[in-house]
Amino acid sequence: MHWTEYFSPLLQGAWVTVQLTVYSTILGAILAFAAGVGKLSSNLLLRGISVVYIEVFRGTSLLVQLFWLYFALPVAGQALGIDLRIPPVVAGVLALSLNIGAYGAEVVRGAIQSVHQEQHEAARALNFTPRQTLTAVTIPQAVPEMMPPFGNLAVQNLKDTALVSLISLGDMTFRAEQLRNFTQDSTTIYSMLLLMYFGMALVLTLMMRTLERRVGRWRGTGA
Amino acid sequence: MLFGFEWDTSGPLVFAVSILPILLVGMWVTIQATVLGFFVALVLGLLWAVLKAAPSRLISWPATVFTEFLRDTPLLVQLFFLYYVLPEFGIILPAFMTGALALGLQYSAYTSEVYRAGLEAIGPDQREAARALNLPAVRTFTHVIIPQAVPRIVPAMGNYLVSIMKDVPVLSVVTVLEMLNVGRIIGDRTFNYLIPLSMVGGLYLIMTLVASAALRLLDTRLPKQGIPLK
Amino acid sequence: MTDTIIRFDKVVKRFGDVTVLNELDFSVQRGEKVSIIGPSGSGKSTVLRILMTLEGIEGGVVSINGEPLWHEGPDLKPASEAHLRKMRAQLGMVFQSFNLFPHMTVLRNITEAPVKVLGLSRAEAQSRANDLLELVGLTDQAAKYPHQLSGGQQQRVGIARALAMRPNILLFDEPTSALDPELVGEVLTVIAKLAEEHDLTMLLVTHEMRFAREISDRVLFFDQGRICEEGTPEELFTAPVQDRTREFLGSILKEA
Repeated sequence: MHWTEYFSPLLQGAWVTVQLTVYSTILGAILAFAAGVGKLSSNLLLRGISVVYIEVFRGTSLLVQLFWLYFALPVAGQALGIDLRIPPVVAGVLALSLNIGAYGAEVVRGAIQSVHQEQHEAARALNFTPRQTLTAVTIPQAVPEMMPPFGNLAVQNLKDTALVSLISLGDMTFRAEQLRNFTQDSTTIYSMLLLMYFGMALVLTLMMRTLERRVGRWRGTGA
Repeated sequence: MLFGFEWDTSGPLVFAVSILPILLVGMWVTIQATVLGFFVALVLGLLWAVLKAAPSRLISWPATVFTEFLRDTPLLVQLFFLYYVLPEFGIILPAFMTGALALGLQYSAYTSEVYRAGLEAIGPDQREAARALNLPAVRTFTHVIIPQAVPRIVPAMGNYLVSIMKDVPVLSVVTVLEMLNVGRIIGDRTFNYLIPLSMVGGLYLIMTLVASAALRLLDTRLPKQGIPLK
Repeated sequence: MTDTIIRFDKVVKRFGDVTVLNELDFSVQRGEKVSIIGPSGSGKSTVLRILMTLEGIEGGVVSINGEPLWHEGPDLKPASEAHLRKMRAQLGMVFQSFNLFPHMTVLRNITEAPVKVLGLSRAEAQSRANDLLELVGLTDQAAKYPHQLSGGQQQRVGIARALAMRPNILLFDEPTSALDPELVGEVLTVIAKLAEEHDLTMLLVTHEMRFAREISDRVLFFDQGRICEEGTPEELFTAPVQDRTREFLGSILKEA
């Protein structure tokens, strides 16, 4: 096979990689907000769940989480009498989201806590409820703080999608493995694969930087 | 049977207890891989940091691009690359070594940043003071810069050590018998993945918590201004 | 009308081991303009913060319009959040560091609370905001963001924002202390205008002695958590009775 013929399967895989990254980053962001805010809640149950979620998913390996969802969960289902088998794509997106959500939650929490107490006092003086303060005052100011670390997490997520190839999900790495098995042309294939990931990461970084700028528009320079 | 230990599938608790020693053997491999990978990351990271700081663009630029490349590509793919491509160039390493090398390479990109940031933070004032006292360059480095840089670098490096540990399971794809691999094999053979994989998760959590606590302890023991020299 | 609108009854406030207010007694009449002066750490800002429900109290009773602020019910249980919200609606505060919402335009800063808290429509809130912007002299800055304004302009927005909630009592916590000297005047002009044209009750913590003298009905000199001396501006500034008052005024005027 000529190396140009590698493009087609690799690009098919690339499309899967992109979709995985997008879905899991978005779902992960939602989880990150929920757990980040939850960890700061005065409600003990909410805080407890958030803390446990964050500690468990930050303290264990992504691959362990992925394998657990794909291999172990069905067994638990058998014992309970329900079918808990999930397709590879669901296990993949779920594991990636849960993982990035846990790391993101700490970023969200840190950003929220970085908003000055004085802002909360101003809101309280104007008689905002705590929830109104959170949504109208705190979170809009926390978001620009979160963007740089979120950018790093997004790239990390992109890299992590490669692991789903290990549960036979047809992403870029999986396709590359298939090609290698077929052609034994390891050097070319893996070099191409690495360059494709590199390219995607650079594009993603660029997108995140643009997002960062748009979100922080009200900040002006310095001040 | 694995590593000479038999497992007993008669009941869940008995099963769990019987596979614990097997998993612990896997944990030992995990720990070794972590330490070796960390060591490689420390050494290579220093190399990249020095190259990136070189005055000549011809040296610093490729180094910067290369470390960026290492940062932005998946560990799994880098591992595959080393595992399958190196033999084609005549370099044959045992799987464990390849794995540790891959870990070290990936993380060397991060450690080089830590070195750079740590050294930059100590900075020009200290160097000027040393020069005013007529200290030779090497001694400045070893006795003034480095002892002050260490407390700044240790927390970040420690975090990467824990991250490396969490990335070790990736090595299972090249047949390294670390903890996740062992758990999965037990699952393959007994059709019960739930208990082995849950235990692997639990053991990982314990390792992470212990490592983080040890790091915090080390951080409090290290004086902020630098390693005291008598 | 001379009814008491604010009353502090043996109020105790502690921060850890430090007792900042020790059985403080004082009252303010409706419509009065009261200035509070004194050295730092004397508890002046704390009094305002207690009124604005930003700080609680460890003893005594604070009443607004005859009703307890930090307590409710006949047996004086600690106030619930609902009670605090009800009471808080009568007060507004202007902060030393303005505390404008940086992510909102000037107009939105002023309209946000009326819309979200008072339930006004955007249009109503905007019309109210435009009137207030005219009052403080910032009509053409409505679409700007706080970081684009000078400190004096930001503080004037802060005043408009507080007024938009139509409080009965307006608290000023060292409103000009964070401003460059040349910007102090524009803010003081607005405050003076308010004092003259409105029958708002105003409590002003300030270091601007001449200003305090100009607009106040009464001046309170705070020292170490108690009122050392009080009186009309003429009484306090020209013929202080207490030595401590004399000492303080002397050192302030020496700087001026």
